[in-house]
Amino acid sequence: MIRLEKRPQPSRAWSMATPLVAVLATMIAGGLLFAILGKDPVEAIRTIFWEPLFGEFAFYYRPQLLIKGAPLVLIAIGLSLGFRAGIWNIGAEGQYIMGALFGAGMGLAFYPHEAWYIFPLMVLAGAFGGWIWAMIPAFLKVRFGTNEILVSLMLVYVAEQFLASMSLGLLKNPEGFGFPGSRNLQQYESAHNADLIAGSGMHWGVVAALIAVIFAYVLLNRHMLGYQIRLTGEAPRAARFAGVNPARLVLFCLGTSGMLAGLAGLFEVSGPSGQVSIDFNVGYGFTAIIVAFLGRLHPVGILLAGGLMALTYIGGDIAQSNMGLPSAAIQVFQGMLLFFLLAFDLLTNFRIAIGKPEVA
Amino acid sequence: MDLSAINPVLLIASLMVAATPLLLAAVGELVVEKAGVLNLGVEGMMITGAIAGFATAVESGSPLLGFVIAAVAGATLSTLFAILTQFAKANQVASGLSLTLFGLGISALMGQSYVGIKPPQMQDIHIPVLSDLPVVGPILFGHDIILYFGIVLTAVVWVVLKYTRVGLILRAVGENHDAAHALGYKVLRIRVLAILFGGACAGMGGAYISLIRVPQWTEGMTAGIGWIALALVVFASWKPWRVLLGAYLFGGVTVVQLNLQAAGVAIPVEYLAMSPYLITIVVLVILSADKSSAPAALGRNFHASR
Repeated sequence: MIRLEKRPQPSRAWSMATPLVAVLATMIAGGLLFAILGKDPVEAIRTIFWEPLFGEFAFYYRPQLLIKGAPLVLIAIGLSLGFRAGIWNIGAEGQYIMGALFGAGMGLAFYPHEAWYIFPLMVLAGAFGGWIWAMIPAFLKVRFGTNEILVSLMLVYVAEQFLASMSLGLLKNPEGFGFPGSRNLQQYESAHNADLIAGSGMHWGVVAALIAVIFAYVLLNRHMLGYQIRLTGEAPRAARFAGVNPARLVLFCLGTSGMLAGLAGLFEVSGPSGQVSIDFNVGYGFTAIIVAFLGRLHPVGILLAGGLMALTYIGGDIAQSNMGLPSAAIQVFQGMLLFFLLAFDLLTNFRIAIGKPEVA
Repeated sequence: MDLSAINPVLLIASLMVAATPLLLAAVGELVVEKAGVLNLGVEGMMITGAIAGFATAVESGSPLLGFVIAAVAGATLSTLFAILTQFAKANQVASGLSLTLFGLGISALMGQSYVGIKPPQMQDIHIPVLSDLPVVGPILFGHDIILYFGIVLTAVVWVVLKYTRVGLILRAVGENHDAAHALGYKVLRIRVLAILFGGACAGMGGAYISLIRVPQWTEGMTAGIGWIALALVVFASWKPWRVLLGAYLFGGVTVVQLNLQAAGVAIPVEYLAMSPYLITIVVLVILSADKSSAPAALGRNFHASR
């Protein structure tokens, strides 16, 4: 008989190892899926994980890694703070959209005036847009005890409609021949979030993501607030006795994650994507949830997980064009990853014992 | 703008159609939550049911078989959640999210060759005399069988939860799993069954969208209805009849909003389309003050430690 015995302390070794085991399991299960789809599984896995890094065209794909990874890391860092404390912001996608809209709106308000201060103002506006959108579920939770999971999620759909309305209305390019979508910010120098070193993929969003990682690391390990976040997640009752103010924590965690998601949206719309359009958002806000868990809610882990997830995006694109692998297959692949991670986490908290229980 | 173009009889009839996917998914989730489990994967199970039911109906020509397979698909996906939360003791919030992300991906994958196809139509029931009554006939007696099934299911869930031994055990497990375990009830088995039931209901709700309400398949077509169903359970204070009431209210909002769009009201379409989500938030705010009726063990994992 197989039994589970709760470990007195979560195993550190398994905590580090489960993401790797989960990735391996996903590769196997993903390979099976690709085989069912009639593709060579080994070739597909190799294309996804090897081609972007060391393949023939890796010089082109490596910068893409930074471009796709930065928003994921930026958003996931914010989410991880809340997740640690049991505050579930699931609406990062909406905060990402609002950040992009506020930021792009700020830039476009200045068009065609060129000045050095336009881009910094856009960054502020983007952060504010994401922050204010996250403050809605935060405020409702603090004031009325409303469930932040459902409210933040509802706001994603509201933000999507708002995005559609903006790209058809207020922010529509007057010279766009009636097509929906804003002016291209890549062609407006003061508002363009260009590569800092040409062709490297290293734009301000990447810098911001690295700063966020360091900031989160310091906060969690060296700061009272970080200690309170960890304590609330591990022992909510003890946290209350220790004088943690739950309302303040909710406002801080949701606010920070909203701000970072908003920044991610702004850097994307002013850089790689370039314009506000109806389907500008591509689900980074949801994928970042996987990134946060895969990185064990730890800043350095999230950095690595963000890189890995960016790899699956890019590798997935390559597999799509080279092997005709459907794009949704990668989405399934990413979903599986989270699934296996949660399943193997069992080993972190429990010991598997075989045999009959000892009679006490 | 021409509001007189809105026919109140048709409005109420289509309100009932709009409410049915919500009702099915929410009644299923109500049972799951009564057993003390919070499954946030409703959206994922619905969309999987939507494509599974759609594909089956198209291939077999039978919408009814589509609903059966949709229920099986929803239940199958919920098995993953059951394994994660009941046996691997994973966090229920995270597991539910993984279910939704996985379901959205797998449905997009399965649905690729079904975009733009029309499914076989489900016949509306025609009861002689009753269906021909003016006003009452088209509102109450001219729908498809699944719509009535949803209402009957709500009634059955109500009776079972309130008056039967099975319902009592289920509620005991949801209120205090340690006590229920001490009394000798199989907490995990009961919860797994509840999760499967919830999955099957969500799957059927999804199929109702793709086969009857819309009828076509597009990626991500559930568009948050699964999440609204979750909100509905809170709204209903975990009471089956209030789920029915709530589903009809939300169905009403959706239908009125669509009718206003069609009538060309001066408000832009996007703002009308936002309204069901905004109203969900408002309702959540109003009702969140009262948490007294939530099952006490909701969201907590059970591990029998000897």
